[in-house]
Amino acid sequence: MMNYFPDEVIEHIFDYVVSHRDRNALSLVCKSWYRIERFTRQRVFIGNCYSITPERLIQRFPGLKSLTLKGKPHFADFSLVPYDWGGFLCPWIEALAKSRVGLEELRLKRMVVSDESLELLSRSFTHFKSLVLVSCEGFTTDGLAAIAANCRFLRELDLQENEVEDHKGQWLSCFPDSCTSLVSLNFACLKGEVSLGALERLVARSPNLKSLKLNRSVPLDALQRIMMRAPQLADLGIGSFVHDPDSEAYIRLKNTILKCKSITSLSGFLEVAPHCLAAIYPICPNLTSLNLSYAAGIQGSELIKLIRHCGKLQRLWIMDCIGDKGLGVVAMTCKDLQELRVFPSAPYGNPAAVTEKGLVAISMGCPKLHSLLYFCHQMTNAALITVAKNCPNFIRFRLCILEALKPDPDTLEPLDEGFGAIVQSCRRLRRLSLSGQLTDQVFLYIGMYAEQLEMLSIAFAGESDKGMLYVLNGCKKLRKLEIRDCPFGNMALLTDVGKYETMRSLWMSSCEVTVGACKLLAKKMPRLNVEIFNENEQEDCSLEDGQRVEKMYLYRTLAGKRKDAPEYVWTL
Amino acid sequence: MEKEGLGLEITELRLGLPESVVNKNEKKRVFSEIEGVGDENSSSGDRKMEKKNEVVGWPPVCSYRKKNSINEASKMYVKVSMDGAPFLRKIDLAMHKGYSDLAFALEKLFGCYGMVESLKNADNSEQVPIYEDKDGDWMLVGDVPWEMFIESCKRLRIMKRSDAKGFGLQPKGSLKGFIESVAK
Repeated sequence: MMNYFPDEVIEHIFDYVVSHRDRNALSLVCKSWYRIERFTRQRVFIGNCYSITPERLIQRFPGLKSLTLKGKPHFADFSLVPYDWGGFLCPWIEALAKSRVGLEELRLKRMVVSDESLELLSRSFTHFKSLVLVSCEGFTTDGLAAIAANCRFLRELDLQENEVEDHKGQWLSCFPDSCTSLVSLNFACLKGEVSLGALERLVARSPNLKSLKLNRSVPLDALQRIMMRAPQLADLGIGSFVHDPDSEAYIRLKNTILKCKSITSLSGFLEVAPHCLAAIYPICPNLTSLNLSYAAGIQGSELIKLIRHCGKLQRLWIMDCIGDKGLGVVAMTCKDLQELRVFPSAPYGNPAAVTEKGLVAISMGCPKLHSLLYFCHQMTNAALITVAKNCPNFIRFRLCILEALKPDPDTLEPLDEGFGAIVQSCRRLRRLSLSGQLTDQVFLYIGMYAEQLEMLSIAFAGESDKGMLYVLNGCKKLRKLEIRDCPFGNMALLTDVGKYETMRSLWMSSCEVTVGACKLLAKKMPRLNVEIFNENEQEDCSLEDGQRVEKMYLYRTLAGKRKDAPEYVWTL
Repeated sequence: MEKEGLGLEITELRLGLPESVVNKNEKKRVFSEIEGVGDENSSSGDRKMEKKNEVVGWPPVCSYRKKNSINEASKMYVKVSMDGAPFLRKIDLAMHKGYSDLAFALEKLFGCYGMVESLKNADNSEQVPIYEDKDGDWMLVGDVPWEMFIESCKRLRIMKRSDAKGFGLQPKGSLKGFIESVAK
C-alpha cells in the first residue's frame, strides 16, 4: 500500500518516526524506504566513534543536523584506559567541515577535543546551535572563546564533568552583544574565574535562558543579581553559596529566591557555608530534580532538613553522608522519586554512611523508582530480595559495595540470590552493575531472566568460564559487556564469536584470556577490532600467544583497523 | 599472577573446563591480599608484599568526581620525614584505611621496605615509625586505634633503628623515652 504514495508523503510520515532504533528499522524495509530514510534523517547517534568513518556517515546522511558521538570505553572513567588511547574529535569535524552538512548540534562523550577542533567547528557551520560535552578532555578556555565568539545562533553550551585547562582569557566575554539566543549555559566544571559583569550582561540579554549552571568562582552576590535578571530560569546550578547569614547580600538573596518560582531543577553548591541552606527552602517544594552530589560542604543533618521540603522530587543525586536515616526521610517525603544516586563522600566511603537498610527504606517508600546508583558499605540478600519485590520497575540498577568481594554480612553467603531476585522481578531491566561476592550462579540467573539487558558491568565476580557463557548465551539484547578482575578465560571468549557482532563492545581486563585466543578471535571475525593494550615498557616486540592479556577491548566496526592508535595498542 | 607451565595448550578450544577453573580461588585471594593490607586481623604469613597497595579504578567513581567531590575539610595532610632523605613528603591520612595501608604508602613514598614489618614487630625492624601528637609528644605508631591516631597525628617521622641508641636490648616500654630523646 505504501508503494502507491509519492515520496513526499512517505517523508512526511517518517517525520513522526523519531527514535534511532525505529529509523534504523525503517531503513531496512526496502530499497526505496532506505533511500527516503537516509535523505530525511537529521539525528544520528554513534555509540562508538570507531565503528564507522565520518566520510561514510556523511555520504549516507547528507541531511545530518544533529550528531552524537561517544569515544573511549566506559572504564576510562575509572582510569583503566591509558592516556592517549584515542577518541579524537578532529577527523570528524574536518570531514563535516569539508562536506555540505549543515551541522546544528553536537553531543560528545568521552572524546578528546582540541581547541583547533572547536575553532573549526565554530567557523564551519553557520546555524550551529548546540554543543554538549560530557567527560571530555583536551581543550582549554580558548576553544570555548571561539565557540562563544563565532556561533551566532548558539542556544546551548553544556559542559559536564570535563577536564578543561583554564587560560584566563575571559572566554565568557567573547559572546557578542548580538548573541541573545542562549537557552542553556553550563560551565560548572570550569576551574577559573569568569568576568562577572559579562556574565550578568549575557544573562540580561538572553530572555530564553532556562538553564544556567555556574562554577565555584561565581560568588553569592553575583548569583543574586543574576537571578534577578532571569526569573524565568527553570534549572539552576549554584557555584559558591558562602555568605554570612546576617549580611545584606544574603537577605537580598533570600528575597530574590522568593521570586524564582519556576526553578524545578537545582544543583551545584560547590562551596557551601553552614546555615545558608534555609534560603532555598522556598523553592524546594517545586523541585523535581536535585543534584547535591558535588556539595561536599553540606552535612548529613542539613541535607535531611532540606529534603523534608522537597515533596515533588523525581530525581535525587546525593552523597552518602545522608545516612540510612536520611534515606528514610527521602522515602517518606519523595513519593514520586524515579531516579536515585548515592555517591561516596570519602575515598573509602563514610563509615557511618549508607547500608542495605537505607535502600530497603527507599524501596518501600518510592515504588516508582526505576534508576539506581548506590555506593554502600554492605548489602544483604534479604534486602535485595525485598527491594526486588517493592520495585519491579527498575530499568537501571547499579550497586557498588565499596569493599569488593564482600559477602552478605548476616549470612556470609555470596549475593547471588539477591541479584537473582532483582533480575527475576525487574523484567524491564536494561542496565546492571554487580558487586560483592558473587559466584557463577548469579550469571546463570542473569542469563535466564535478564531478557532486556543491554549493559552489564562485572568486577571481581564469578568462578569459571561458565559465568561469562551464561550471560553471552542468555542475554539476547546485550550490547555492552565490561568485565574486570574475573576468572573468565579463552573458552568463554571463543565459544560464540558471532555474538560480538551483535554487540557494540566487550571490555575485559585482568581476566584470564590470552594473546593467542585474542588473535584467533580477530582472525575469525574480520569485522571486529580486537585491541590489546600492552603497557609493559620493557617489551618492545611480539607478544607470546600464551601470555595473559591485561586489557582487551573489542568492538564491531565497518571502518577497519584504526590509524590513530598509540603504540601500546595492538589491533590484532 | 604468574601462570607457570601453561604453554600453548591454553589456546586450544576444548569442551572441558579450562585449567583456570582450578585456580578460581586465586583470583579472589589476590584481591583480598591487596584489600587485606588494611585488615588488622589477618595473618601476615603468606601476604605478598610486592602486591600493589591500591586497586586501580576501585571503587568505580569517575575520576572527575573523585577530584572534585571530596570534602576539603576531610583531608588530613601531614608531613613525613625519613632520616637520611633530603626532603620531606606529605601524605593524606584520610586516604588510608588503617596502619597496614599507611605502611604500604610510606614504603612507596620513600622506597623503603620493611615499614609493614616494623608495625608488627617494632623490636626487630630497621625503621621505627613515630609521630608527633597534639600534645607535642613523639609516639610510636600503632598503639592506638586508627581513628584515634589520624585525629591526633600532626606529623610523621621514619627513624632509623640505629639512631635509637642502645635499642634492641631494651624492653618495648622504654622505646618512647628513647624516641623522645632522639627526636628533640
